[in-house]
Amino acid sequence: MTTPPPTVDLHSEGEHATLVLGGSWRLQQRLPRLVQAERMLDRAPGATQLGFDTSALTDWDSGLVTFIAGLNQLCERRGIACQAEGLPAGLRKLLTLARSVPQTGRGGHATRPAPSFVARVGTDAMDLMQSTGEIMEFFGEGALAFRRFLLGRARFKQSDLWVIMQEAGADALPIVGLVSFLVGMILGYIGEQQLKQFGAQIYVADLVGLATVIQMGALVTAIVLAGRTGAAFAARIGTMQVNEEIDALRTLGIPPMEFLVLPRMLALIAMTPLLAVYANLLGILGGAFVGTVVGGLTLSAYMTQTQLAIGWNHIIQGLIAATVYGAIVAASGCLRGMQCGRSAAAVGEATTSAVVTAIVFIVIAAAVLTIIFDAVGLS
Amino acid sequence: MSTTDDKPAEQPHIRLDGVSLGYGDTLVQQGLSFDIRRGDVFVIMGGSGCGKSTVMRCLTGLLPPWSGRVLLGGESLWELPSAQRSACMRRNGVMYQSGALWSSMTLEENICLPLEQYTRLAPEQIRAIAEYKLALVGLAGYGDYYPSEISGGMRKRVGVARAMALDPDTLYFDEPSAGLDPLSARRLDELILELRDSLGTTMVVITHELDSIFTIADDAVFLDAETKTMLATGNPRELRDHSSVPQVRAFLTRGEVSADAAA
Repeated sequence: MTTPPPTVDLHSEGEHATLVLGGSWRLQQRLPRLVQAERMLDRAPGATQLGFDTSALTDWDSGLVTFIAGLNQLCERRGIACQAEGLPAGLRKLLTLARSVPQTGRGGHATRPAPSFVARVGTDAMDLMQSTGEIMEFFGEGALAFRRFLLGRARFKQSDLWVIMQEAGADALPIVGLVSFLVGMILGYIGEQQLKQFGAQIYVADLVGLATVIQMGALVTAIVLAGRTGAAFAARIGTMQVNEEIDALRTLGIPPMEFLVLPRMLALIAMTPLLAVYANLLGILGGAFVGTVVGGLTLSAYMTQTQLAIGWNHIIQGLIAATVYGAIVAASGCLRGMQCGRSAAAVGEATTSAVVTAIVFIVIAAAVLTIIFDAVGLS
Repeated sequence: MSTTDDKPAEQPHIRLDGVSLGYGDTLVQQGLSFDIRRGDVFVIMGGSGCGKSTVMRCLTGLLPPWSGRVLLGGESLWELPSAQRSACMRRNGVMYQSGALWSSMTLEENICLPLEQYTRLAPEQIRAIAEYKLALVGLAGYGDYYPSEISGGMRKRVGVARAMALDPDTLYFDEPSAGLDPLSARRLDELILELRDSLGTTMVVITHELDSIFTIADDAVFLDAETKTMLATGNPRELRDHSSVPQVRAFLTRGEVSADAAA
């Protein structure tokens, strides 16, 4: 047996109109739209009273309630009085309940106007000031924590430091190695194609070696670490913030700055240069692969040329840069984690923000360091 | 309005004096002045969102008040230099709503950490204390578990054990029965009373569970979300029967009185 489809019809006699509802008014059915009722009312212009006839109605649910609620508002606007008596008793109760909701719900929220342009600029400026203040405070506290570390009085667990060093350092070897090798290959290809025109393929070794050791090795390492470790720091500390674990540390008088941030900073400052050395080696190997396979050089010629090109000053530049990048990645991860709000969404924002902050500041630092190295004559 | 005072001359354990609190530029509570006596189970009650936890954050040294003073044994917590405040904070233990156990450490390590940081005990002494604290909350032998491996009720118990690690003067409980089945909630209430009776620790409990309130509270304060201030202090049973404030009686009778008053 199929359920009868919902029907709606309007009988009008002068002032008095009756809406005849029939069939099954359920959400699964194709329900009549409110405009249909509106059109019917248009065809009965003289009506001032609307009654209901539900004798043919077999069953109903929220579908009918919302239809009638909409109809009520429609009638109110047209100055038609609805006589609810003809409706099922349960439906009348639900209608009263639904009508009482918007009145209580229309508290302070909906009426608040959108802030003007000036107000938005002002709020943004104040937010910026506040976040600058927070960042300053973070670095101030960080410096104090570092001083206590140097005096041997910092409160953190040695075992934490080793675990973080392993997670951030040793565990990152495969990905750092792969990316560095490929970047070395890319540099090698570009160099090989250009230098081939002059018969100077051997200088691929100089190009790849210098680019990698001075900048690319450290940069690739730092960007991999920002995505891998910086994000993990922010998520870890952010989640601790959500779970009140940071509060628990604070109430026990254990400064989170020393217990959580310091070991992470130390671990990355120590591990990033080491990873960068490894990245340099793999980058040069990537270049050598292209130089020998595509460029037809011998491996020993390539390596000798690389040795001639790279000086200690280049290696030192790369390592200083790597140390700075490591500190930037750790600081942005921890800062965004500590600033994290108390919800799952806030942890997501903190993680995103940690990676973005780290990469922006790495690139800025790369530019500044290049200028400094040039000024002090390292390059 | 307050209940029987045994020694009215005794200095209150904790005194709030005209404290107002808020986040950013949102006021949460103002005009808070009440005393917590030593050895009492003191309940901070009120509807959801009235600022109970905010008051606890202020008492435990996490959130400075906008104005007013918090006196712990006569010393004004927020006027102390930070080193002394940190020492004051260590005399508190806090059980957080979800336990807030450090998830990367075992239960035993969770309890050991404060001891390792603030005592000169040998490692095996510290482990012995941790075992004893776990036994006090009925979880002897669970030291090697990680917080994710035990149930919510057990996590709260470990939270209590960790809060007691440094033998605090005051233990704070943030919504101890939230998210627990009635039996576990009741066992936690019993634990609070047992610990108070055996250790004499002052207990400050934040809750809106009426069963708990009537079972454990010696004294209480009622915070209201609409007026953003305290409406009454005293023993909850007496407040329920005799308070002149309709909101307080409505809260303590699940709305039965207020319905009568409105009719």
